[in-house]
Amino acid sequence: MTGMERILTTASHREPDRVPLLLFPTLHGARELGLTIENYFSKAEHVVQGQLRMLERYGHDCVNGYFHVALEAEAWGGCTIFREDGPPNAGPPPLTADAIATLEPPRIGDQPGLRRVLEAQQALRRAVGDAVPVLGAVISPFSLPVLQLGFERYLDLIFDRPELMQRLMEVNAAFCVQWANAQVAAGAHAVSYIDPLASPLMIDPALYRRFGAPVAKKVIAAIAAPSAVHLASGPCLAVLEDLVDTGAVMVGAGEEDLATVKDACRGRITVVGNLNGIRMRSWDEAATLAAVRGAIDAAGCGGGFILSDQHGEIPWQVPETTLTVIADAVREYGRYPLPGGRG
Amino acid sequence: MVTSCYSGTAADCPYSSPVLLLESALIGMDRRGVQRIHADSGLSPLSFCEQVIAPALTVIGEKWDRGELSLSHVYMSGRLCEEFMEEVLGGRLESAQERRPVALAVLEDYHLLGKRLVGFVLKGAGIPYLDYGTVGVQELVRRTQRDGVGVLLISALMLPSALKVREVRDALDRLGMECRIVVGGAPFRLDPALHREVGADVSCDTASQVLPALAQLWEGES
Repeated sequence: MTGMERILTTASHREPDRVPLLLFPTLHGARELGLTIENYFSKAEHVVQGQLRMLERYGHDCVNGYFHVALEAEAWGGCTIFREDGPPNAGPPPLTADAIATLEPPRIGDQPGLRRVLEAQQALRRAVGDAVPVLGAVISPFSLPVLQLGFERYLDLIFDRPELMQRLMEVNAAFCVQWANAQVAAGAHAVSYIDPLASPLMIDPALYRRFGAPVAKKVIAAIAAPSAVHLASGPCLAVLEDLVDTGAVMVGAGEEDLATVKDACRGRITVVGNLNGIRMRSWDEAATLAAVRGAIDAAGCGGGFILSDQHGEIPWQVPETTLTVIADAVREYGRYPLPGGRG
Repeated sequence: MVTSCYSGTAADCPYSSPVLLLESALIGMDRRGVQRIHADSGLSPLSFCEQVIAPALTVIGEKWDRGELSLSHVYMSGRLCEEFMEEVLGGRLESAQERRPVALAVLEDYHLLGKRLVGFVLKGAGIPYLDYGTVGVQELVRRTQRDGVGVLLISALMLPSALKVREVRDALDRLGMECRIVVGGAPFRLDPALHREVGADVSCDTASQVLPALAQLWEGES
């Protein structure tokens, strides 16, 4: 099976030849090419080369056409702070609540950083065709304000000025749909809808249901490709019915019991997860094998499961040898049918 | 004048009615309720902070840690308490005991929610602190030395920032400074061994855990 066939089979809740693996070493491509992270992300061709080299090295089931979240902050007037040993970070939040009343969504074509992402996705699609999925990503309208306003001012806005909150959701939704569909047009087969604030760890589920879930449903329906809702390590179980209701076909499992998540999702929405990237830094081979086996045992049976990390980004500090062990272990231990009907 | 600090362990504090009532008022965003509970308690504002606000914030933090509440609850509860204290105390906090200062900083990040939450808890418990805001390693070490800080509270959102705590620890050790480091933030929650790797003395999974951490460190000093 190709990676695409493997993903499509598991997403239809059937067992492919083996458990699919979505590996997200978004920064490791820089190391592959001997570049700094800042230099790596400065040109689309770097990311294309990095992704293709890693596809060859690990043989996983996707290429990642998304660079980093700070680019979306840039589109709203923010800046990116690069560092040598980790993901680019968004600088000070660029907006204030008072700007929301007249705020308009930025145009994708006016944003050099976003154009670079589209350029990379076009090239990746040309390179891999439909053999493996090219993945795009957007930050949800409900979570983007953390970068636009800062988390505190965002929470203040929700509680103190709900009418402006509604206005911000409308503006962000317009941008999000535009950005997602630009990626689909460029070549992305699927879009990750990154919504960490959907997690009950972050936001009262009642607030998510009032503001975040309606906008998620509206935006995901307008995206011209399948979407995966990802809570970036946050637990999803308490809002799982809401996430299923968004129309997403996959959900990222965070720091929570994977078997319980799989049981709740079985036959309805595919589970993606949930290796702990922070702990992964210090795993030896035995610990890596144990983590992969544990995840497959917990969630592999019957399809509807893709092995991945829980955050959607493998930390820079995770060595390549560990990623190789993960990829080899999936091929070895994740072959269907799983012995003893595990998971 | 603060004469004692809440130990920071919710179990040590009887679930007295005012604590339960305040917890409920905070979760319900009931500002008037907070004032009414204070008035009905018969406590001075500072005693109310120590005996009611700090335990209530601790209970709320523990519930967040258990997945029963969200960070938005923790934030708004802290904000309401801060507003109340501004109103009744004018934001004044004085330390009754002669201790080296406590300082609070975010290492190399502009996302400050974690620091703000810790600030709410410290204010709620009547513990004064120096707010260093967002700083890099060198600046943090310089200020810590300048102010003779005894306990440095560091919030880190991202893994690379969390790993930088090692540089802070090493620099303070080179300067011969006896400064304890308490860390918190997502990377430390996701990897319980990380704080030892970077040389921190204590890791807190919630903002309110900073109170037992301080109590433990201060007890070790006395």
